[in-house]
Amino acid sequence: MAIMLKMDDVNVFYGAIHAIKGINLEVDQGEIVTLIGANGAGKSTTLRTISGLLKPKTGTITFEDKIISGQPAHKIVEFGISQVPEGRRIFANMTVMENLELGAYVRTDKNGIKEDLKRVFKHFPRLAERKKQEAGTLSGGEQQMLAMGRALMSSPRLLLLDEPSMGLAPLLIKEIFEIIKDINKAGTTILLVEQNANMALSIANRAYVLETGKITLSGSAKELSNSEDVRKAYLGG
Amino acid sequence: MGIMDQFLQQLINGISLGSIYALIALGYTMVYGIIKLINFAHGDIYMVGAYIGFFCITVMNWPVLPALLVSMLLTGILGMLIERFAYRPLRSAPRISVLITAIGVSFFLEYTMMYFVTPQPRTFPSILDDAAYHIGPFVINNQQIMIFAITIILMAILTYIVQYTKVGKAMRAVSFDNETAQLMGINSNRIISVTFGIGSALAAAAGVLVGIYYNSIDPLMGIMPGLKAFVAAVLGGIGILPGAAAGGIILGIIEALVSGFISSTFRDAAAFAILILVLLFKPTGLLGKNTNEKV
Ligand SMILES: Nc1ncnc2c1ncn2[C@@H]1O[C@H](COP(=O)(O)OP(=O)(O)O)[C@@H](O)[C@H]1O
Ligand SMILES: [Mg+2]
Repeated sequence: MAIMLKMDDVNVFYGAIHAIKGINLEVDQGEIVTLIGANGAGKSTTLRTISGLLKPKTGTITFEDKIISGQPAHKIVEFGISQVPEGRRIFANMTVMENLELGAYVRTDKNGIKEDLKRVFKHFPRLAERKKQEAGTLSGGEQQMLAMGRALMSSPRLLLLDEPSMGLAPLLIKEIFEIIKDINKAGTTILLVEQNANMALSIANRAYVLETGKITLSGSAKELSNSEDVRKAYLGG
Repeated sequence: MGIMDQFLQQLINGISLGSIYALIALGYTMVYGIIKLINFAHGDIYMVGAYIGFFCITVMNWPVLPALLVSMLLTGILGMLIERFAYRPLRSAPRISVLITAIGVSFFLEYTMMYFVTPQPRTFPSILDDAAYHIGPFVINNQQIMIFAITIILMAILTYIVQYTKVGKAMRAVSFDNETAQLMGINSNRIISVTFGIGSALAAAAGVLVGIYYNSIDPLMGIMPGLKAFVAAVLGGIGILPGAAAGGIILGIIEALVSGFISSTFRDAAAFAILILVLLFKPTGLLGKNTNEKV
């Protein structure tokens, strides 16, 4: 399968703090890949670096054979990568519809935007009902749906998801993960960051384990689910 | 003149003055909203706008409207240049560095202007005849009608831009969460630049209107209205556009009433007393609400 995203010996610093220490990671086209690890391991930093919000000090990130590391965040979206950030970060003072429109900011194809809006409303019917509502008044689950819908509006080929299960009730988490599977089936490649390793491994093809800025394990999701180390550290025995 | 008539008259005067404050306060609040900077040079940008208008009207002999538009355009560009070269390099510097830079820019504009146009006040030609109209109990003159009309039109245009256009939505997004706005593909530097441009253009309009209303301009004319507009922005809730408009009008009315019924000596004191009261009792301003996050 074609390699879509490749991180090659990427190092990221916050001032003197070495947060990402030489990460190598690949995502193939069509896959769901998950990056699991404890709080503070560097998962968000990894996604923020791919999205261009942080610059790697050394190493390269390649997307569809183009080097994207070093590009500003707003350009990365145009390459076809979209992120659902940790904590959802919806524009709370704007309506649901305005949030979705902002998701399509880089696009000019009116018809394509309309199609994608329909697609988003199909994945998330509740957003359609609340189109005109101020986004800050949505429930936590609905806000997560809005953040995902907003990211889909740029029609990304690669979708980065940062802890979509955070703070949600188990039933809602299940619903969200079903939708992630659907989005992937419809053709979007997914890189999913989670602390909820159980859920993440249950839908992923492959997985990486991140510990204090280093990848310590990788393999198929099935292998990792059965691995003694992973079970102990992340799956509650 | 009965006390009621006098009250109504001061009300008209107050709304005229308040419109000027409102136009300046809008730029203050927009810039604060988007990069959390109290742009202390904003009052001086208004002064530059007044001078550009003055030269268009006296030297070029242009009518008011083209003079106003050209002044807005050039001053808008000036605001963008200031942002680009003075503030943008400090984007990740501590807040205080940017604030000090803003004060530096303020002096720079004041004294560069003095160098070119001398510190002498200039007299704006009277371009409208002094006709006054009686509408019921109100007396309103040509200048005031023009100030109201232009302020209302500019506010309507601004509202339209901010609420309904793509760039306006981007401005709101960057103001709310710059990083997430970038994740939408918004070039936040460009949007910040546009915000400075629009805010400066509104200040320029206020400068030209003041020249026409009070007839006199000078290189330090921006200091007091700049501070007053800051008070107006805080009064309405800094970062909130309707707040700045309302704050400006309210401040203008209070000042006019204080001048008319107490003494014009206390006019400025009243404005700053309001600032202190707002900061003590409702620091978020009249229209400000405490934001709370939802999980
Ligand atoms: N803005 C920041 N400044 C300094 N250190 C940071 C910053 N953001 C994250 N870190 C540090 O980088 C490490 C990785 O953080 P993060 O990527 O957020 O982890 P995760 O998403 O896996 O919980 C942590 O040690 C965290 O304290
Ligand atoms: Mg994180």
